[in-house]
Amino acid sequence: MLTRRTFLRTLAAGAATLVPLGGGRFLRRLPLGRRSPVPALVAAPTVDRTLVELNGLTGGAGAAAVAYAASPPQPTGPGIPGRRWVMVIDLARCDGCRECTRACQGMHFTPAGQEWIRVYELRDNEVAAPYWFPRPCMQCDNAPCVKVCPVSAAWKREDGIVMQDTSRCIGCRFCIAACPYGARSFNWVQPPETEAQQSLPYSDEWNQRHRKGTTEKCIFCPGLVKEGRLPACVAACPMGAIYFGDQEEDAVTNSQGETVRFSELIRQNAGYRFLEELGTEPRVYYLPPRKRVYPAPPDEPQPATRGVHP
Amino acid sequence: MIDGRRRQAFAPREQRLLDSLQATGPRYYALVGGLVAIILWGLIAYGVQLRYGLGVTGLRDNFMWGVYITNFVFFIGVSHVGALMSAILRLTGAEWRRPITRMAEAITFASLLMGALMPFVDMGRPDRILNLLLHGRLQSPILWDIMSITTYLTGSTLFLYVPMIPDIALLREHYARGPAWRRRLYTILALGWRGTPGQKHQLETIIGVLAVLIIPVAISVHTVVSWIMAMTLRAGWNSTIFGPYFVSGALFSGAAAVITAMAAFRWAYHLEDYITVRHFKRMGYLLIALGLIYAYFTFNEYWTPLYKLATHERGYLSAVVSGPYARIFWFTQIGGLLVPVLLLTLPTISWVPRLQSAPLLQPRPALAALAATLGLRVFVSSSGSPAAALGDVAALRALLPWVLTAAGIWLFVALLPFFRARPIAAAVVASLLVNVGAWLKRFVIIVPTLQYPFLPIRRAPVGWAVYRPTWVEWSITAAALAGFALIYILFSKLFPIVSIWETREERGTEASAGEVAHAPVP
Repeated sequence: MLTRRTFLRTLAAGAATLVPLGGGRFLRRLPLGRRSPVPALVAAPTVDRTLVELNGLTGGAGAAAVAYAASPPQPTGPGIPGRRWVMVIDLARCDGCRECTRACQGMHFTPAGQEWIRVYELRDNEVAAPYWFPRPCMQCDNAPCVKVCPVSAAWKREDGIVMQDTSRCIGCRFCIAACPYGARSFNWVQPPETEAQQSLPYSDEWNQRHRKGTTEKCIFCPGLVKEGRLPACVAACPMGAIYFGDQEEDAVTNSQGETVRFSELIRQNAGYRFLEELGTEPRVYYLPPRKRVYPAPPDEPQPATRGVHP
Repeated sequence: MIDGRRRQAFAPREQRLLDSLQATGPRYYALVGGLVAIILWGLIAYGVQLRYGLGVTGLRDNFMWGVYITNFVFFIGVSHVGALMSAILRLTGAEWRRPITRMAEAITFASLLMGALMPFVDMGRPDRILNLLLHGRLQSPILWDIMSITTYLTGSTLFLYVPMIPDIALLREHYARGPAWRRRLYTILALGWRGTPGQKHQLETIIGVLAVLIIPVAISVHTVVSWIMAMTLRAGWNSTIFGPYFVSGALFSGAAAVITAMAAFRWAYHLEDYITVRHFKRMGYLLIALGLIYAYFTFNEYWTPLYKLATHERGYLSAVVSGPYARIFWFTQIGGLLVPVLLLTLPTISWVPRLQSAPLLQPRPALAALAATLGLRVFVSSSGSPAAALGDVAALRALLPWVLTAAGIWLFVALLPFFRARPIAAAVVASLLVNVGAWLKRFVIIVPTLQYPFLPIRRAPVGWAVYRPTWVEWSITAAALAGFALIYILFSKLFPIVSIWETREERGTEASAGEVAHAPVP
């Protein structure tokens, strides 16, 4: 809805756009100054929430820009109040089956080449044992991607999730450069969509439709979480290696239905955060791959994919 | 057509300069036509990119930035020459700068335009460009870039224009009976300049203020450009020295660009009376000084992590120093830094002419040796089997880099007398090397770091683990260079490329101060 704040923002943005574009003529028609402070504008979001028609301001590049600015604030808002979502990945349980990746792809129809949760084969040094390492978005509390975004297309919700608005992203890819975890992907071309996918709405919370030239990533499935369900990757893990929950509640749950105290789980298993030294304050914790009951990855990790562009 | 009496008011060299505004031969049209063709081709490539998305480039998730950002950093770097020549040299009272300040300012103008264009070419959603205005976040270095570049563009355009006003007024008189469009253009742009003492005083004041203001702005521009990288956590970019490192590299490449422009205009417009060997020597000294500063920063930038070899920095460092990017890196260091500095210093040594008497250093045997080495190189790389006619090819292969190095040094020494006799040629070769090296260096700063992120590149689709720029990127790069050249050439057809009133004043000061002593020659 059009609040006083959005109205003022609209005016400021509109003025900034209109002055160079259309001169003062447009501005004189806006309800400024002595007139009533109540906006004489009618905001009518269209179905896909990208265009708002403003009374007395139709047509012209300036009007389109003003309409764009007036599009409602992030539909997902500040997140679920009082919650701080957290994920714990038990590397001792991960056997590298990549069910999490597949479930994510099924849930979000991730475009080709993108794995929002990617399972790496890592080895810390030559004598250390190799281990599987699923990497979702770390939902950093000191998120490098949010810092550098020039248009607030990446933002941090109060419940800890780093969201991405693909309807605002300008495709500068600064966030991809800034992310130390490689958790962000770019839609280099318009991803092909199935018919089933096309029937779905564009939604930041579900993130099932994709736009060319924008950045996307794992967002902890806020749509599912809002319904009280586990994120797709957590629910799909056959080993119960991924726990998800609320840090405020101090409880995390895995796909096996085991609900444990988050703080105890971390304390008793020497939980850690990946690349802690960078100070990104991730919301994803790892339990070290100790006393593994499943086979370790092959000794020689797969080399990086080589080759030239097709 | 042009008033005969007014003609008399100009010295012969000024007359030649004014003629350059109109003289257009077939070569000129061929050049402009060629540049326009390259630009059109670049536009087609950009159309393809708009239609199909950035997927037509070699960029992928791991290599999210590439040639476009390289171009961006390169052009913004070259643009620093305006602040250097006009502001720093003006404030330090270097009188010899007068004939070349306008060239430098025009380089700034043209390269800033092209540089500022590059991030927009790189954008995934150029249709949402207004979002930068509507939703701009001051916390993002991209916004800092936009602000500092637009400020610098405004400032340097003013700095190009304001000192040009007296010349434009001259042109207004000169073309009083010339074509209507020129008459109108110069009349408007001259802003009613009459050359009164009051106007002159105002002009000097404005130029003085601009000269002081433009220096911090210019420094901020390239500092902020470097922060696009330095503000990330990536090993190789996460560096506190990037600001001054980039600024020094920018001044170095900008000074080189102006040497190339000086030679080109001197040759094309016969400006030998304005741009003398003395100017090339002076610019050469400047280039040496800037090159040494840049070398110092480069050494600091690479040596500190190389000594420590911290875990995350090993990957990109080994790739740059001895891995897949080593050839480019060492070319930028030797070809783009060491050789240009040596080319500008060594030929002035007194014993260089004696080299000509050494038979082995005659140009012909030297060139023959180089050709033989290159032939060997082609032969060795083409013959794959160990049973090749020359016997042990593997040993030859190991020997080859040393043979090439020796041949290179030999050729360099053999050419020293040649460059002593032709200091302009030496300066031009050095400056071209510097600029090629500068572009490659920016590439080496950007790309190898992306090859070695914190988490290794795994499970990348075929072709995503290497960066190979495509024809689209090269076409747009070529178009940007052509656009730069075209703006520059068209500018030189509208306004005299050498400032007339400022060079007139120089004569006065020179007569009193005498020839400024040359730097000591060993």
